[in-house]
Amino acid sequence: MQYQLAPDLKLIYFLAVSAVLFGIGIYGVLTRRHLVHILLSIELILNAVLINLIAFSSFSTPDKMTGQMFAVFVIVVAACEVGVGLAIILSIYRRRKSVDINNMNILKW
Amino acid sequence: MAGIIWFIPLLPFIGFVVALLLGKRFGGLGSKLSTVILGICILLSFYSVYLVKVNGAFSVEMSWYITDNLEISVGMLADGLSTMMLVVVSVVSFLVHLYSMGYMHGDSRFWLYFAYLQLFSASMLGLVLANNYLQMYIFWELVGLCSYLLIGFWYEKQSASDAAKKAFLTTRIGDVGMMIGILLLFLSTGSMAFSDIFTMAGNGDIQPAILTASAILLFCGAIGKSAQFPLHVWLPDAMEGPTPVSALIHAATMVAAGVYLVGRSFPLFSSSQQAMMVVAVVGAFTAIFAATIAVVQTDIKKILAYSTISQLGYMMFALGIGAYVAGLFHLMTHAFFKALLFLGSGSVIHATGTQDITEMGGLAKKMKITTWTFVIGALSLSGFPLLAGFWSKDEILGFAYGSQRYVFFAIGAFTAFLTAFYMFRLIFVVFAGKQSHASAHAHESPKAMTIPLIILAVLAIVAGYIGAPFINKEASFGEFITGGMHIEEVEFNFIPMIISVIVALTGILLAYLMYGKKVIRTDWFYRYVKPYYRVLVNKYYMDEFYSKSVIRPGIKLANLVNWFDKRVIDGFINLVGKVTVLISKGVHIFDTGVIDGFVNWTANETYNSGKRLRLLQTGNISGYAIVMFAVLAVYVIYLIIRAAF
Repeated sequence: MQYQLAPDLKLIYFLAVSAVLFGIGIYGVLTRRHLVHILLSIELILNAVLINLIAFSSFSTPDKMTGQMFAVFVIVVAACEVGVGLAIILSIYRRRKSVDINNMNILKW
Repeated sequence: MAGIIWFIPLLPFIGFVVALLLGKRFGGLGSKLSTVILGICILLSFYSVYLVKVNGAFSVEMSWYITDNLEISVGMLADGLSTMMLVVVSVVSFLVHLYSMGYMHGDSRFWLYFAYLQLFSASMLGLVLANNYLQMYIFWELVGLCSYLLIGFWYEKQSASDAAKKAFLTTRIGDVGMMIGILLLFLSTGSMAFSDIFTMAGNGDIQPAILTASAILLFCGAIGKSAQFPLHVWLPDAMEGPTPVSALIHAATMVAAGVYLVGRSFPLFSSSQQAMMVVAVVGAFTAIFAATIAVVQTDIKKILAYSTISQLGYMMFALGIGAYVAGLFHLMTHAFFKALLFLGSGSVIHATGTQDITEMGGLAKKMKITTWTFVIGALSLSGFPLLAGFWSKDEILGFAYGSQRYVFFAIGAFTAFLTAFYMFRLIFVVFAGKQSHASAHAHESPKAMTIPLIILAVLAIVAGYIGAPFINKEASFGEFITGGMHIEEVEFNFIPMIISVIVALTGILLAYLMYGKKVIRTDWFYRYVKPYYRVLVNKYYMDEFYSKSVIRPGIKLANLVNWFDKRVIDGFINLVGKVTVLISKGVHIFDTGVIDGFVNWTANETYNSGKRLRLLQTGNISGYAIVMFAVLAVYVIYLIIRAAF
């Protein structure tokens, strides 16, 4: 299926949106203390990457759908990941009555 | 059927092993088995005599080991000489076994005694059957070992264990000479076998000097074993052993091995005039030397021991002057009557409990069989007409006279006179006269002891007839024993025979007058030639001489060597040890300090750095994430910079 992008829609716009989204995701991962928030921020990072993939794919090989296909796979994997992640978070909550990341410091010496 | 001679030494050896392993448990059975084995050996011996008589000499042989240039074989040689010895050894050994069953009854090591006797019989039979010098030497040492074991059989007694050591060491001296002689022969001929060596000696293929040297060195072995002067000192002391042992080993068989050696090596000796002369002189000197000592001894067994030495000397000088047949004939007859005399003396000792003839007396009434057999043995030894000793001794004297060696004839005749005198001095003191305290309770010995005496007495009478001069020459002992070897012969002559009868009778008569009738004072000799008497009683001071000249310097030398060993050798070794300890201490310091230090340092540093590094692991997830993104950021910046430039 052939489709045409608007001629003044440049690659840099996509990349900019992706970079902003990535930055928000990083910020969220680094500053949030709630586990669910961190998980959501990671989703943001993933989405930033997907935008990148699709953008590059559309601009470099417009006649192929490789980037889009890749994005669909990543979304599926991300859904699974979120499912597992939420299960782990639930399990942690049941055990410790908390999902605050600062209370989880047993991963050390 | 020749192979059957392997069994002659083998059977007693099996008996030895059986008696040694099982004897203790089954007690008397071992002794009976041993005696039966010797009985079989007698039959085999006579059978081999028959084989030799019919078919001539034969031998069986097999390889022992082979190298590139050397083949050593073991073999059995049956000829007239060895089968004659077989008969003598097995008969005497059988009778001694029989006798010992009575004599040794109740001894705590009865079984061991028979094991030793078996080993001795095996070794002695092996010795006479050997067909080469190496094998002979092995058996020669084995009989020496048995002699040692049996002399020291009652080793609880200090004197017995000393005597055993003395016998072993003294004979060793001669054996070393013999070994050198054998090696010398081997080096010059390349063979140990009698047949090779004698052929070469006969053909003159051996250098005369080496021939003479090796013959004399072989004779050294004979001097030791047959107790010839100057190595005779062990034999009188060897009387510490049980009396049947004295009869078997130290009268009839082992001591005759020296004579047998010279007889066996006769082709070798007869090729060397000097070697023959040495044998003759040593033999003749020993004969008269020992006979004079025997005259003044008072221990019944010592008298017989010196008599044995004297008779062995007789045989030696017979061989030395070339009277091969006569010397070996005397060996055979002597074996029978001397074994008889020793067994008789054993019977006397058994009954009286003493060995001192001055404590005995009047035993004739108490012990008829012992007395009569002993008298027969003594008559035979003295050369009384028509008994065994008469024929053999007469043959020696006849040869000396006939070959015009008058000096040897005179020595032989005088020795014969002394022999008759000391034997009948013994008889008149022990068996005749008043009953002493010791002999008052004496009684005749058991049958196991008297039967061998009777058999030997018969042999002491008749054994001489096979070699008597009137026997048909073709069937005679001499013809059988020489086996075609060329031997000097002399015409039969009545003069030496008459002289020998006269000296024997004179000796007996003198003994009768001094000790029987007591018409001549018994102490005249003591009174008138006191210094010589003292010399004789002290056996020519030979023991003292050896003690001063050999044993004490030997002990001093041993002490010196001991001192050297302890101070110098041990000192050096200790020094080496101490230095090694010092060095290892240094190495220890280096090891613990440097090597271990390095290893420990590595471990400690690893531990410490780990301890510091683990602080990085805070467990704070945000911290990990920051580091993660920081590194990512740095990497991205790096990529950008690289792309830009």
